[in-house]
Amino acid sequence: MTGPAKDVMTVSSDDLHDDPTDGGKRMRSKRIRPYALTGGRTRARHHLLVETLISVPEFDPVLADSLMPESRMLYTRACQRMSIAELSATLDLPLGVIRVLISDLAGQNAVYIHPTAYAYQNNPRVLERILDGLKQLPV
Amino acid sequence: MDSSSSPSDSGLLTISAKIVVAGGFGVGKTTLVNSVSEVAPLNTDAWMTEASEGVDDLPPGTTKSTTTVAMDFGRITLHRDLLLYLFGTPGQARFWFLWDDLCRGALGAVVLVDTSRIDQSFAAVNYFENDSELPFIVAVNRFEGKPRHDVDEVRDALALTESVPLIECDARSRASAIDVLQEVVTHSLSLSRVSVPG
Repeated sequence: MTGPAKDVMTVSSDDLHDDPTDGGKRMRSKRIRPYALTGGRTRARHHLLVETLISVPEFDPVLADSLMPESRMLYTRACQRMSIAELSATLDLPLGVIRVLISDLAGQNAVYIHPTAYAYQNNPRVLERILDGLKQLPV
Repeated sequence: MDSSSSPSDSGLLTISAKIVVAGGFGVGKTTLVNSVSEVAPLNTDAWMTEASEGVDDLPPGTTKSTTTVAMDFGRITLHRDLLLYLFGTPGQARFWFLWDDLCRGALGAVVLVDTSRIDQSFAAVNYFENDSELPFIVAVNRFEGKPRHDVDEVRDALALTESVPLIECDARSRASAIDVLQEVVTHSLSLSRVSVPG
């Protein structure tokens, strides 16, 4: 019998050879194909660039407890405003997975997706502020 | 009631921008990014997922040992509400698919060139000239003790059009790296003024 729950966790046959004594206990190890965490989805509904900042306007511990471990880590980590790229690197999850999970959290209004300069079409006023900031950097 | 009930409100106004640092293997991308970044480089292995399972093809004769992490990353706080991110493009050919992702939304790019291995930067120049709309400049990384090349010779060697700014830099110098970034923004600014009249 193949129930739907079994399909969610796709463990490749190569991985099973690595540790035959492990049984099914370490199903959440890194051996799980990354996109198993996203239910196979690779596209996020929101436009998330690598530099897009994510923050948590108001941390909700009850919501945190209800999340899958990866989403909970993301939710907790984003309390200190962080970019998609930094979240991916610090949580050791592929960018694509981070994008889908963040998109889901944003759908629940759990996280705030900051606009980027690109959202302003790299508008001259934004570019001028960037240039101004660069000129003021201590050397 | 006081306003302290929403302590992070002002932080929500913060926006981010991005500049891409491109160029081939060993031209100084890592050095340039680290010269200006306020954060330690990230271990970006996770970005690669399955693609990273291949074997690095190190060019013969190089002693570089830190290229397993294929991308450079930096952050600069320009204003309290404005962060600038720097992303180095991965040099290895098998990471080409990441270039589009990294470049999307960037305000501009710089292609770093080392005159002793100028061929290493052909692919990057080609990408920005033909496959990307991103404004870009070229910066010749001038190492101590290496003969200086006339920038016009470099322009010829790269077959670079006149409209692309070409400057010299020292990737190890923070001041010089900041100059490079300013040049990128200035170039993007001049193009945005052309494309959005009035």
